[in-house]
Amino acid sequence: MSTDSDNEVKQTPLRSTHEKLGARMIPFAGWNMPVQYTGIKDEHLAVRNDVGVFDISHMGQFIVEGEGAAAWLNSVFTADVNKLDVAQGQYTFMLNEGGGVIDDLILYRTGETTFFMVVNASMIDEDFAWLNARLADGVSLTNHSDAWAGLAVQGPKSSELFDKMFGDSAVLPPRNGISSQDVNGETIIICRTGYTGEDGYEFFCPAENGGVWLERFLSEGEEFGCKPCGLGARDTLRLEVCYPLNGSDLSPQRTPLQAGMKFAIAMGKGEFVGREKIVDQIENGMDERLIAFVMREKSAPPRPHYKIFSGEAELGEIASGGLSPSLNEGIGMAYLPVAFCKIGTEIEIDIRGRRFKAEVVKKPIYKKA
Amino acid sequence: MNVPSDLKFAESHEWVRIEGDIATVGISDHAQEELTDVVFVEVPEEDMDVEAGDPTAVVESVKAASDIYSPVSGTVIKGNTALEANPALVNTDPYGKGWIFKIKMMDPDEVDNLLTPEQYTDHIS
Repeated sequence: MSTDSDNEVKQTPLRSTHEKLGARMIPFAGWNMPVQYTGIKDEHLAVRNDVGVFDISHMGQFIVEGEGAAAWLNSVFTADVNKLDVAQGQYTFMLNEGGGVIDDLILYRTGETTFFMVVNASMIDEDFAWLNARLADGVSLTNHSDAWAGLAVQGPKSSELFDKMFGDSAVLPPRNGISSQDVNGETIIICRTGYTGEDGYEFFCPAENGGVWLERFLSEGEEFGCKPCGLGARDTLRLEVCYPLNGSDLSPQRTPLQAGMKFAIAMGKGEFVGREKIVDQIENGMDERLIAFVMREKSAPPRPHYKIFSGEAELGEIASGGLSPSLNEGIGMAYLPVAFCKIGTEIEIDIRGRRFKAEVVKKPIYKKA
Repeated sequence: MNVPSDLKFAESHEWVRIEGDIATVGISDHAQEELTDVVFVEVPEEDMDVEAGDPTAVVESVKAASDIYSPVSGTVIKGNTALEANPALVNTDPYGKGWIFKIKMMDPDEVDNLLTPEQYTDHIS
């Protein structure tokens, strides 16, 4: 296994807690992160059926403030910030001039002129530099990524766990909402969002307290079947519900429209970076789109970069793929020429020199019964 | 960690059981525990000729595909087809029902290059 040189790898503030819990650590996006504790399947199913807790301290948090903050954010992101009420969040994109994705993030309005955003770990420096270079007068941008630890508490029993832990001392915000609360003198931020397709929240606290909170969620959550979960389960959970992963399913060469994320682009709000390309694609169509597929033949799990064919024609390669622990089938996503994007289209995946049948399916691949 | 005393081991975590000139190959208890959740095993075709160190089978967990290298040279005489229906045998019985393939060895002296159980125990500790 090759890794970046160790001295460049950042450590999460929860490192010693992970080690105590028996996590297997791997380098991810420049961070040393837990990939699994008891096993990916086990952790995946805990989140689908009960509740699980992930360390998301590697993700970045920025705060934007100022009279012109909303107007400026509208010019650099795809969402219409003016439609966000205070205490509401929205999934949005930061695009390059060519309409390609620099990063996907969640933007929360925490006040009339203050905003909080959570960005991908690998993109913290690049996002900050890009935004800072375009900053408008009267708007401030600050990076708080190192000051906070983050936990994602996800699963159908996550709200019961919240009620048990906080009682009347803190309130769980509604879906996509955010609240900042004082619990015993400590400021915590709770966002009712996640990356698993289950109900849940993302919880931010001062970095030094992260480990204690993780252990509290686990011990108080024991009666609900709460498990510590790693990046492995995070990836299978998000793939089943077709949430894109930047770097795999999103890239600077492709627009969010191609990724099927039209809902996160507000065309009516006026100018924003990358808009021209989106207009062009709406008017003239696009060459490729991100589809979801399921294997229709018994095979090894489909993995990223495996090639996709239709007869002799090579159509592309897998962007994200693997075995779905909920469905026990090989699943994935890929950019294919639009002629092959129709639901029900038969395609073939090349796995170590052999072809296996797969079918283009509707997103999300997994839907709760 | 279970390291049976009657087997030989490769540094890449395969084990070998020798009966005459036939070598049975699987992966160690340590390796299966590292992989966790084996979800698919691709066993080699019969009559395939392999050299020691050649990738000969593939064991896949949810997270990744890992090549299994043949510790000895020879001809594959059998793959464990029971793993097609039940790949988790590699986890539950790595030294028994979870064997992966059998090889008719070309040069039984190659076995001397492999690790003893004591050496393998040192290697993984």
